[in-house]
Amino acid sequence: MKFGVVRFPGSCDETDALLACRRYADAEILWHGDRDLHGVDAVVVPGGFSYGDYLRVGAIARFSPVMEAVGELAASGGHVLGICNGFQVLCEAGLLPGALLPNAGRRFLCRQVGVEVVRADSPFTRVAAPGQILSIPVKHTTGRYYAPGEVLESMNAHGQIILRYAEGHNPNGSVGDVAGVSNQAGNVMGLMPHPEHAVDALTGSEDGGVIFESLARVVDAADETGIRADLVDDAA
Amino acid sequence: MLIRPKEGILDPQGQAVERALPALGFAGVEEVRVGRVVELEVEDASLLDAMCQKLLANPLVEDYEIQLVDP
Repeated sequence: MKFGVVRFPGSCDETDALLACRRYADAEILWHGDRDLHGVDAVVVPGGFSYGDYLRVGAIARFSPVMEAVGELAASGGHVLGICNGFQVLCEAGLLPGALLPNAGRRFLCRQVGVEVVRADSPFTRVAAPGQILSIPVKHTTGRYYAPGEVLESMNAHGQIILRYAEGHNPNGSVGDVAGVSNQAGNVMGLMPHPEHAVDALTGSEDGGVIFESLARVVDAADETGIRADLVDDAA
Repeated sequence: MLIRPKEGILDPQGQAVERALPALGFAGVEEVRVGRVVELEVEDASLLDAMCQKLLANPLVEDYEIQLVDP
């Protein structure tokens, strides 16, 4: 199983994401100007300040050549994970519902938060336990998740809220404490916290590893059986 | 093009300005909203709406207004 990690001009977390992926599978960097995904099985759109965050966070990056290929991968059922700026890019690209707005408190935030696993049956959280609280850092200025009421209702009905900030940990005023969401098909997820910065006890927590390990296992299982493990379990 | 946060969406930047103005002695200020202006020269003004929809604004969270000015 091989991950691809996108590098835009202005990305800054792609190396940590690459190293996090390599704990569980092969991984390589994908250049934003390259339409070819080099045969990777899943793509991580990492954190940073793609295209300088000009105009609006993620607004320009969504039109880069690599995002066209990422969109095609997602449409064919391939897995795509967006972290922080990557989450913003996926929302702007329409691959995920909603938008990220400036933090309610206006300030840049950098702190460890508790993140509750709402859905432990998604391909991104498979090795976590339902309700498990993961200790993962956030670091952002534009992380307030917003979706209009009717969109949020539909997301709840379809089980698209994958992660929430633990009680009292919502750092940015996100609606409904939402920290991570998926598309309706479940193969694209975005989250504001940075699991790639929490894969080694040396930096305080290894909890972020569950995201990368889950994805690696789901794709590996699909390779062996030709059946997507996440779909099998959902049916059972 | 004038682009601003949709009504009902919290605008922290506007709030900060709203709090700063009275501190400078400007009383009676409410409902401050901070947006941005995009100025451009264009041959075909009928494209402006599509430009806002597709790139310049995020219609989910922002309203926009187009003002045409002859050179």
